[in-house]
Amino acid sequence: MKKNILKNNVVQSLIASLSCIILGLFIGYVVLLFINPEGAWEAIITVIKNFFTYTKHEAQLKNLGNTLVKTAPLLMCALSVLFAYKVGLFNIGAAGQYVAGTCAALYAALAWHWSWLPCMIFAIASGAVLGAIVGVLKSYCNVNEVISGIMLNWISLYTTNMILNNVKEPTSPYTYQMASHGRDAVLPSLGIEKLFNGNKYVSIAIPLSILIAIIIAIVLDKTKFGYELKATGNNKNAAKYCGMAEKRNTILSLIIAGGLAGLGGSLLYQTGFEQWLCTASSVPGMGFNGIAATFLGGLDPIGTIFASYFIQHITTGGAYVDKTMYCSQISDLISAIIIYLCGFVFFLKYAMNKAIAAREEKKALKEKAIAEKASEGGEK
Amino acid sequence: MEDQYAIEMLGITKRFPGIIANDNITLRVKKGEIHALLGENGAGKSTLMSVLFGLYQPEEGIIKKDGVEVNIKNPNDANALGIGMVHQHFKLVECFTVLDNIIMGVEPNKFGFLQKKEAHDKVMALSEKYGLHVDPDALIEDITVGMQQRTEILKMLYRENEILIFDEPTAVLTPQEIDELMQIMKNLAAEGKSILFISHKLNEIMAVADRCTVLRKGKYIGTVNTKDTTMEELSAMMVGRNINFKVDKDECKPGDVVLDVKNLSVASKLHKNDAVKNVSFNVKRGEIVCIAGIDGNGQTELVYGLTGLAPVSNGKITLCGKDITRAPIRKRNLLGISHIPEDRHKYGLVLDYSLEDNLVLQRYFEPEFTDKAGFLRRKNIRKYAERLIEQYDVRSGQGPVTIARSMSGGNQQKAIVAREIDKDPELLIAVQPTRGLDIGAIEYIHKQLVAQRDSGKAVLLVSLELDEVMDVPDRILVMYEGEIVGELDPKKTTEEELGLYMAGAKRDEVKQ
Repeated sequence: MKKNILKNNVVQSLIASLSCIILGLFIGYVVLLFINPEGAWEAIITVIKNFFTYTKHEAQLKNLGNTLVKTAPLLMCALSVLFAYKVGLFNIGAAGQYVAGTCAALYAALAWHWSWLPCMIFAIASGAVLGAIVGVLKSYCNVNEVISGIMLNWISLYTTNMILNNVKEPTSPYTYQMASHGRDAVLPSLGIEKLFNGNKYVSIAIPLSILIAIIIAIVLDKTKFGYELKATGNNKNAAKYCGMAEKRNTILSLIIAGGLAGLGGSLLYQTGFEQWLCTASSVPGMGFNGIAATFLGGLDPIGTIFASYFIQHITTGGAYVDKTMYCSQISDLISAIIIYLCGFVFFLKYAMNKAIAAREEKKALKEKAIAEKASEGGEK
Repeated sequence: MEDQYAIEMLGITKRFPGIIANDNITLRVKKGEIHALLGENGAGKSTLMSVLFGLYQPEEGIIKKDGVEVNIKNPNDANALGIGMVHQHFKLVECFTVLDNIIMGVEPNKFGFLQKKEAHDKVMALSEKYGLHVDPDALIEDITVGMQQRTEILKMLYRENEILIFDEPTAVLTPQEIDELMQIMKNLAAEGKSILFISHKLNEIMAVADRCTVLRKGKYIGTVNTKDTTMEELSAMMVGRNINFKVDKDECKPGDVVLDVKNLSVASKLHKNDAVKNVSFNVKRGEIVCIAGIDGNGQTELVYGLTGLAPVSNGKITLCGKDITRAPIRKRNLLGISHIPEDRHKYGLVLDYSLEDNLVLQRYFEPEFTDKAGFLRRKNIRKYAERLIEQYDVRSGQGPVTIARSMSGGNQQKAIVAREIDKDPELLIAVQPTRGLDIGAIEYIHKQLVAQRDSGKAVLLVSLELDEVMDVPDRILVMYEGEIVGELDPKKTTEEELGLYMAGAKRDEVKQ
């Protein structure tokens, strides 16, 4: 029997994700039409084009580099959400863990002048500690991980503002430049920057994040640890019944998730691409966008790589929208709409499966009718 | 005048991809009769009832109510026509109370405010009238399977339905409760309600039903008056061959003590008292000991205590001479406890895992299946799964890679039995291992239990089914309100005597 290609899970995820993207872009376009019909088409094309807006090849490469620099931390946040999700936990605290990682990396770099690797490990550890708090509360006090996660997001934001205030430029609300105060902590590039026309922010962060996604795919799919985690996520009672340490697994998975998000902070700020705003009054969207990337990626670590890139692509692309026609928040609005629609992936998959089942039933009916006719003919 | 049919299902055909679940089936239920629907698992009973209840749309055939053709598109239509159903797998909201579940969808209200007092009184009246004892304020997740079912029955009675479908209602009830239920069903029929009673228990059908329709493999076999037939005839209609009702086994030759339980107490999740109170017993090699009792008398908690799913509050458990009272679950499993759990969906399987992943659930960490670096040895897992599937005849759509959720209940249970027996345990704890299974599968599982006994294992069987309690074990321990109130020899005792112990009307001082 020929296998229906549409029934393949990977193909389904791909179709569903692409449909969501198209739908998101379309609705974004409609919103632009409402605000200012004249520039709408051009604006939405700008969002899609992102760095292709530049005509020069060199500038394109350089700006592709910029998008990728911000993709790496987003991918880490997405992996953080994904990892916890596999154990049945919703790690909305990824945003705060990302901030904690940022804080650790920047403070170690700017105040203590550590070199890049210790800074990175310190960032991972900070994120992991935050994850561990959520995990312990969940396991031993049955506190919902979403509630404790959200509260910790704010705690870590204001703590970070307070701590990084000590390494702030005297004349601005931003932390010191990496290049001047934390040169040792800048991530090495190993010559990758040459591929992006010498973009000095391009570093090992990009290949490293992809490597980690692949490792996570392998851990979840091929190892005993992954088997246990997924079993705990799918059926906590069965996991307990067969003697898995479900409490330990819950905590461990949140520690790993926290570490991943913490690493995300390190991978962005240790490139020197951005400085921390010490008066920040909202948790950076990176962690929340990670949730969208996870779902757009079909809850698959490899899919998440591409989903993270796409989300970062349109987020960066939004910045190029003509500000004379639209207010400056438009870029965030458009990317928010698209990201929002990414959450529909599972709904689309469900609808697709239903449609396939209905069609197969019809086909089976037809085949049966033909077979019956044939057998009747034979009997005669 | 012709007999008035309350419900007629004429020429119903329902197909699923690759399978015809119902092939031109006709079912006619008279007003005020108890009509049994008999068939093995997979015979198409549940599908037919789902069609009647509006969950599925048939490809062919019509449904008539009181002689008028009706179109039942969804359960709401069915409800509007007065059709109510107690499903085999209950449709209850776990975190709601019994009362909330009963009134759900038909909440009495004034200006949008719930009138729970009124509902409470009505439920209590119904509960009293039919002897369906429940605590209306208890949460579903806290009460036993038996009480959940009573909630389902009350739900139907509360809605004053005219056509009542009971989907295997006696599977979890005690003999006395079954008798009560039979009486309730007769009373309801006498009041003019029509009852559709789905079952594969022939004695119950003979006892309560007026007529019986038999299905086999999706086909209509026939409808008979129970007065004019015999159990043998019905069983031959149902399975197409004669069934051996008795469990064949040799004389029991008990050996060393494997499980020794001394003064064990286990706390209850429901109330402050212990659910298991100061229980002592042992299980020896080569014998099957059965814990009998009405559902909710501490059997579940006893098993939780023995397997480590719940902590014990007092006492001592010894397995082959080793104290395991406080040992973690994994250690108990490794020391030789196998456990076929009461609720196979809740504990026994990871439903979204493949069959092969479920078959190694108790051994995935062994060197055979995990290498030193922590990677699973997929090839070995596949080989092992293929062997178990072959040896224990576990049937599924796509073999080892079938998702457990898509398998039939009988085959899910077979997979669990295969996994637990193949672990080569010292002690096999089987909790209601045949719940909801058809005769063929029950026969199979009983044979496996006896085979374990004959190979020198200790078997602890916890059962609510009277036939099973009488036929399978070598020794019966009766539990009542958390205590062991009697030890009986199944060869010498009678069902009546057993019933008295189970109901707490009789007790011995068991010396241990």
